[in-house]
Amino acid sequence: MGFSRYVEVGRVVLISYGPEAGKLATVIDIVDQNKCLVEGPEEITGVSRQVVPFRRIALTDLTVKIQRNARAKQLKAAWKEADTLAKWEGSSWAKKLAAKNKRASLSDFDRFKVMVAKQQKSRIIAKKMKELKA
Amino acid sequence: MTVAGEMRQYQVVGRKAGTDENPNPEAYRMIIFAPNPTTAKSKFWYFMRQFRKMKKTTGEILDCVEITEKNSRTVKNYGIWLRYDSRSGTHNMYREYRDLKLTGAISQLYDEMAGRHRTRPRSIQIIRTATVAAKDLKRPNGAQFAQAKVKFPLPHRVDSAKRGQKALSDRTFSTVRPTTFFG
Repeated sequence: MGFSRYVEVGRVVLISYGPEAGKLATVIDIVDQNKCLVEGPEEITGVSRQVVPFRRIALTDLTVKIQRNARAKQLKAAWKEADTLAKWEGSSWAKKLAAKNKRASLSDFDRFKVMVAKQQKSRIIAKKMKELKA
Repeated sequence: MTVAGEMRQYQVVGRKAGTDENPNPEAYRMIIFAPNPTTAKSKFWYFMRQFRKMKKTTGEILDCVEITEKNSRTVKNYGIWLRYDSRSGTHNMYREYRDLKLTGAISQLYDEMAGRHRTRPRSIQIIRTATVAAKDLKRPNGAQFAQAKVKFPLPHRVDSAKRGQKALSDRTFSTVRPTTFFG
């Protein structure tokens, strides 16, 4: 199995730890063997330009076409052009994350509603199965 | 001197206090790296009394201002010349760091000198600093990250200890084998 995700200028990363955890960012430059310079773009993902260690990021499959040390404006344009946010939200990784966050934000009554909905769903399935078997 | 937190860069100007014979003594300016202005002024007098016949009790500080980095949005290569006292003698050294700010590079330097040579902050003297173009870098480690196209994978990612989570190697039992390959 070869590698397909690399630390490189333009790589879109998911920040996994720290105050920006859960937000997307783009690699602007590589500082050294431990850290890189990233930026959101701030207007889209809310991550300001900063240095983060590789330990706190997860590489995604997405890249955007930017130059090294790209300015905020160029980065934003690159994201818009490549439609990166939509691509990310369409990925199964992002969907799983969204579902996880949704579940975590549910109230007790919401969880009850989920339980009832699940029961109704399995009732329908069971009924159909019975019909098919008959 | 402690180097806890981020180091700062100060310009300190001082001179001998004026007397009746010499009301306007020559002033000296120095760039000092220190965590706060108090330490910067103290360092100024430490260096000054080694260079000239001057000391704090008969001198005065005219100015002490912090110098901030003009452009802290791109990564630069910093070359640092230093002198340090090891357990067996005094050595000169040249080191290179990549950082957004010179003060960041200086912080890295103090940390690395402590790690590699067990050098305490008080026995390090910064002689000179410069920003270095990528082609003029002398150390291969910094140079490989200063190239135009840098690309590398993150192989074998082992979960490190985080708040509320032990490091992989510290966990006693697990029901699943850990994933370390993430493409």
